[in-house]
Amino acid sequence: QVITGGHYDVDCRLEDPDGIVLYKEMKKQYDSFTFTASRNGTYKFCFSNEFSTFTHKTVYFDFQVGEDPPLFPSENRVTALTQMESACVSIHEALKSVIDYQTHFRLREAQGRSRAEDLNTRVAYWSIGEAIILLVVSIGQVFLLKSFFSDKRTTTTRVGS
Amino acid sequence: GEGPPGRGIGWGALGTLPDFVSSPFPGNYRTQLWDKQSESFLPSTPGLGMHVEVKDPDGKVVLSRQYGSEGRFTFTSHTPGEHQICLHSNSTRMALFAGGKLRVHLDIQVGEHTNNYPEIAAKDKLTELQLRARQLLDQVEQIQKEQNYQRYREERFRMTSESTNQRVLWWSIAQTIILILTGIWQMRHLKSFFEAKKLV
Repeated sequence: QVITGGHYDVDCRLEDPDGIVLYKEMKKQYDSFTFTASRNGTYKFCFSNEFSTFTHKTVYFDFQVGEDPPLFPSENRVTALTQMESACVSIHEALKSVIDYQTHFRLREAQGRSRAEDLNTRVAYWSIGEAIILLVVSIGQVFLLKSFFSDKRTTTTRVGS
Repeated sequence: GEGPPGRGIGWGALGTLPDFVSSPFPGNYRTQLWDKQSESFLPSTPGLGMHVEVKDPDGKVVLSRQYGSEGRFTFTSHTPGEHQICLHSNSTRMALFAGGKLRVHLDIQVGEHTNNYPEIAAKDKLTELQLRARQLLDQVEQIQKEQNYQRYREERFRMTSESTNQRVLWWSIAQTIILILTGIWQMRHLKSFFEAKKLV
């Protein structure tokens, strides 16, 4: 997900070790992608901001690989879970989704804050520019009017002589 | 990440430290240099220096140290928000290799899912149920920290909104005053001008 910068979009590409493109999207704001790795090796992903002239982007990404590691890797869990244990497991899953929602919310807050700060800068520049234009135009008007009447005076003198 | 040597390889890490009470963040990294002859990354890079710098959300440097080609670092911060972590290679030897690449493996442990539960169970001698309860407690603690962080953010946002409101009010008043003053100045200046020209 793109957090700060410009139109909050970015290109993304994912390749497997053979160079086959698994995922390719241009100018996306956020997305999620799930795949099963068919072989071992180095998978490459690339976020590209080449299309942008000068805005920097901040991108959040995370990977979730495989299942959770078991709490007791030494044991073979053949026996069924007790009621307490299965209650613990369901609470654990529920809390995991709470944490996921929190992450999502934190990202939205960061993105909103970035947009607000961007807006603040733009409004500040606009206000200062407007005040300067106001002063320049009002002073300019006066001198322009004066110049009209100054010309008329010289023509009157010429007619006289 | 991979990149040409001689330039800093930096990541902006969008990590929040939800709790004001500073907690340490352990991290470790490992580098591999591209070997053009074998066209692969060497397993280790002896003699390569990496400079690690961590900045907190206020831009203050929290950690700035030189390590070797592999290293472990820990930083603590007192401000919640986005920290920046920069790994910079300043080895002049590497800059000589044009077209060279450096692969950096970076691992930073944040959150309860990085805890090693079998280890904790062995260390504290916990039964299975106690271990599961411990895991749930860690998760709930992480949730609590995040909620504290959001409460802090809401407070900051409220302060910013109120200050913006004030500034908009003062700006509008100031702009109206400027407008009126320039109008008055215009009238007076033109009036004296026309009187001088004997048109009024």
